[in-house]
Formats: sequence, C-alpha cells, structure tokens
Amino acid sequence: MLIPRLHIPDGFIDIPTSAIFGVLALVFVAIALKGAARTLDDRTTPLAGLTAVFIFAAQMINFPVAAGTSGHLVGAALATALVGPYSATLALTVVLGIQALLFADGGLTALGLNVFNLSVLAVWVSHFVILTLKRILPKNKYGFTLATAIAAFISVPFAAAGFALQYALGGTGTIPADTVATAMLSTHVFIGIGEAIITFMTVSAVIASRSDLVYGYKEKLEVRA
Amino acid sequence: MSKTSKRFYLYFFLVSIGVAGALSFYASSSPDGLEKVAEEKGFLDTAKDSAVSGSPLADYVVAGVENERLSVGLSGLLGVLITAVVAFGIFYLSRKLGKGVKN
Repeated sequence: MLIPRLHIPDGFIDIPTSAIFGVLALVFVAIALKGAARTLDDRTTPLAGLTAVFIFAAQMINFPVAAGTSGHLVGAALATALVGPYSATLALTVVLGIQALLFADGGLTALGLNVFNLSVLAVWVSHFVILTLKRILPKNKYGFTLATAIAAFISVPFAAAGFALQYALGGTGTIPADTVATAMLSTHVFIGIGEAIITFMTVSAVIASRSDLVYGYKEKLEVRA
Repeated sequence: MSKTSKRFYLYFFLVSIGVAGALSFYASSSPDGLEKVAEEKGFLDTAKDSAVSGSPLADYVVAGVENERLSVGLSGLLGVLITAVVAFGIFYLSRKLGKGVKN
C-alpha cells in the first residue's frame, strides 16, 4: 500500500460511541451548512470549493515524522483561515466523506468520529486560536500567517485528543485509555509541526496573491476601516 | 468573476491536481500517527475492513491499473475531480439554503 490509511477505521471504537459522535457531527455540519451561507459570496465560494479540493490532494502527501511513522495535513487551520470556520467544517466533511465512501479510508461507522475530530474540533480550536493571536500579533499579513500556523500546530494534538476521548468512552481494545492518550498526544505534537509548516506555506502563497479573498484577513481589515 | 480571480483559481486547481496526481507517489508509506499508535500499543487488530473496501478506488489506487505510479496518480486525479464537484455542490446548496432562511 503506497498511501497509508489516514483516518479512524471501523472497529476501533464501539458502535454506541460512534453513533453518539455521529449525531454530534450531524448537528455541527447542519449548523455549518447554515452558517457558511452568511460568509460566502460570488467571489469567495470558489475558494471554499477549491479549499476542499486542495485538502484532499494535500492529505495524500504523508511526510515522515519519526522512524516508521508518518503524518499528513489535516487542513483545519488552513481552511479556517481561508474561508472561515463554517465553510471549513463543510470542506473537511466533504473530503472525509469522499475518502470514506470511495477510497475506503476511514470507516463508515467511524465517519462521525472522524468528522467530529477533524471537521469540528480541529476547526473550532483553530478559529479560537487565530482570533486570539490576531489581537496579539502584528496586524499585517505576516502576523496573520503566523497566527494560522500556530493554530495549525495546536489543532493536531487537539484532534488526537478527540480520538483519545473516543477511545476512553468506547475503545474496543484492551489497552488502558491513558496509555493511548499519552501515545496519541506525543506522536501528534510532531505531526503538528508538519501541519504548521504546510499551512504556513499555503496561506503565505494565497495571501501574497489574493489577500482580499482570505476570510480571516478580510475580516480584520473591515474592523480597522 | 474577474480575470485575475479566474487565473488565481485556475492555479489553485492545477496545484491540487499536481499534488494529488503526481507528488502523491513520493509520499511516505509509513503508517500515520494513529495507525502507528494502534500498532505499537496493540489495538490495531481491532480494526475492521470498511464495508466499501472493494471500491475501485480503495486505498488510493485504481483497481485494474497495475502500474503503481499511474494507479496512485489516477486515483488522486479522480479524487480531486470528485471533491470539486461535491464541494461546489455543497457550497452552492448552503448559499441557497441561507437565502431561503433570510427571505
């Protein structure tokens, strides 16, 4: 297998827990479906669609993080910065849905678990971190891009913590939940560095050419005006 | 849409095609963070095959295409195109629903 599996497969987490997170994921996606409409216009809707496309592509690039371990982009902070949290949730959910249904990556019963960790938790953590850092960092393109990269770094261990929580609630394995949580967090801190680098490069490229289309940056300009 | 926006979006799309269609072949094949943890801590065997594991695009290869580079690249290209269609559909649906709520 050339491209490793990227998401939670069926079986790791029991069906009741998966169902609870499935319902939670549905609620957040429904909220996002309504919320995204308020942030999208004719100019930015293509960016939202292309953000999903780019994330699908970028997730195929697993990068080595340690001996025999790889990581890959989640794209939550990237999407949140470019198109806002509601559209980011939708973009990530589209990617996860296609991967689960067509590429057999991420289980079908585990789809709610994956959507919750990546499209909801990682996105809203990113949004909160970006909002907070925008107040502290220089109010220019560099400050904004740096805020996005730091959000990217933080969002990955949060997504890993999401899995650790799901495992604690309904893991089918016999390994203690705290052992799994420690291992997930320590591994994903390193993956977060890769996430930050890819996010920094991508947001830099977009903001250098079309900062007017960037949700998080545009918003700041409106506040200043 | 202005000409510069069109050009920008075209570049964005072409980069995605290049990444999924060509660069993906050079990706690391090592297990990712989650799978590695599952393997090391000993719960990887609780994973079950997906109900769609027989999909013609399963595991990011195209069934029947023997050449690995071609198979991975083609699966990436198809994934990009399908994602584009579904994502644009969802975002236009969202805007349509949003308008319905306001009026």
